[in-house]
This record gives sequence, structure tokens and C-alpha cells, in this order.
Amino acid sequence: MSEHVLPIRIYTIVFVVLMALMILTAFLSTVPMGRELNTIVALFIAAIKATLVLMFFMHLKYESYQLSAVVFAAGLFWLLIFFGMTLVDYLTRVRMGVPGH
Amino acid sequence: MEQQRESTTLGMWIFLVTEIMFFGGLFTAYLIYRTAHPDVWEMGSQHMEFKWGTINTVILLTSSFTVALSVHFAQLGKTKLTALLLLLTVIMGCGFLGIKAIEYHNHYVEGTVPGHWWHYYEVENPDGTKSQAPQQLQLFFFIYFVMTGLHALHVTIGIVLLAIIALWAWQGKYTAEYHNPVHISGLYWHFVDLVWIFLYPLLYLIANKHS
Repeated sequence: MSEHVLPIRIYTIVFVVLMALMILTAFLSTVPMGRELNTIVALFIAAIKATLVLMFFMHLKYESYQLSAVVFAAGLFWLLIFFGMTLVDYLTRVRMGVPGH
Repeated sequence: MEQQRESTTLGMWIFLVTEIMFFGGLFTAYLIYRTAHPDVWEMGSQHMEFKWGTINTVILLTSSFTVALSVHFAQLGKTKLTALLLLLTVIMGCGFLGIKAIEYHNHYVEGTVPGHWWHYYEVENPDGTKSQAPQQLQLFFFIYFVMTGLHALHVTIGIVLLAIIALWAWQGKYTAEYHNPVHISGLYWHFVDLVWIFLYPLLYLIANKHS
């Protein structure tokens, strides 16, 4: 079997870091930084947590068969196109005046 | 065997990507209406209970940890431990749903369930005066209920799935050589955790009312 068995120590470290990040994000939400910055910081921490879960709990980093990671990357790329293209539209809409009025 | 393991894992990842697309649509709806009505979103977030949201985050992260450990013991062929850890996960999943039910009930009492049961029309200002609640608040709660409701449905499916796997692991159906179902179901549970990792800051942490 080329299946990679991770030591329990790694799972435990990841779990402790996840908990620490959760406490950090809960704490930072009480620090007034402005609505936009607060959200950006919270999402940044969420992205770190998601990466840890994907890499270690879901074995994406250690999967002997790398195609799984490619499939996931394709999904993520699609999501970024979805969000990006939507924002390009909604963030650039201006209420235009009617000529002659 | 090795090829079987690889193909089931790949199949599960393809399924999870379709799930990403599924939830991606909802996150986009959230994104569009939040950029359109940022103040209403902050107001809506104040109706979320920080305490329950945080406890549920702890529960889901811990349950993901126990699932990771159960897969680890399945790899080593210690299937009794696998079954026990999965049972623990199922219990935590039920706890998550219980807390979600309390929250839904509170929204019902408060009158912030969109549609027929909506009776939240007045907002109390900090100075004690009252003003009309913005209509878009229903939109926030509509998106909130669809996102968390769909997530809760996934948790429910995960609980049933893991309960069955736990039973089969206890009966000794899995070995160090063959434990694909444990691994695959574990991936599903981690995905449910991933969705919540993003729902938590986007729904509960917008407004700093707990400061």
C-alpha cells in the first residue's frame, strides 16, 4: 500500500492550530477595524483554516494520487471565476442619467 | 486494491467539487446582496447569537478531528477504535443540529423567519426611539435560512452516513487493506466542516455586538 499514514501528532497539532485560529477570529471580530477590513481579516483566517483541513484532514497534501488535488484546484478556480466575474459586474454598475432630462 | 482506492477517492473529490459549485451559487447570492445592502447585513448579523455560532464552530472542528483520527485507525486496521470515534462524531453532529434548532426557534419567536411568520417590522434604536425595519432584512434572513438549512441537511446526511459506517466498522467489515468507505465518508464530513468555516464569519462575525 502506498497509502500514507500520518502520525497522530500531526492531526493533533492541526486541531490545536484550528482552535487557536477560531479563538483569534472570534476575538478579532470585536476589534473595530472598519466593516471591510474586519470581513477581509475574518475571511483570511477562514481560508487558512480551510487550507489546513484540506491539506491534513482530507489528505490532499499526502494523497499518492495527485489527480484529486487537480480536481479540487479546478473546482476552486471555477469558484474564483464565479465570484470574480459577478463582482466585476455588480461593483461597476452606475445609475446613469437619461439624456435630455 | 490500490487502484480501487485511488478511483473511489477521485470519484469522491469530483462529487465534492459539484458540492462546491452548489454552495458557490449561494455564497454568490450572499455576495451580491451584501455588496448591495451592507448596512442591512450588519443589522441582520446582530440577530445571530455569537455564543451559539462559536459553540457550533468548536463542535464541528472537533468532530472533523475525530473523523480524521477514525480514518487514521482504519488505516492501521484498528476498526473498533474507528467505530468509537465515528460514534463520537455522530453525537457531536446531533449536538450541532440541536443548537441550530434552538437558534431557528429563537428566530421564530423573534419573528425573523421570512414569509408567513415574519412579524419584525420595528427596530429599536440605541436612543430608545423606534424606526421601521428595512425590507431587505427579510432578504438577509432568507439567504441565512437557505444557507444554514442546506448546510444542516448536509450535516444530517453526514450523521446517517457515519452512523452506518461506524456500525460496519464495529462489525469488522474493514481492514488495513480495505477501508475506502471510511475514508470517503470522512471526506464528506470534512467538506461539511469546510462550508461552516466560511459560514461562521460571514453570518455571525459581521457586527461587533458582543464587544
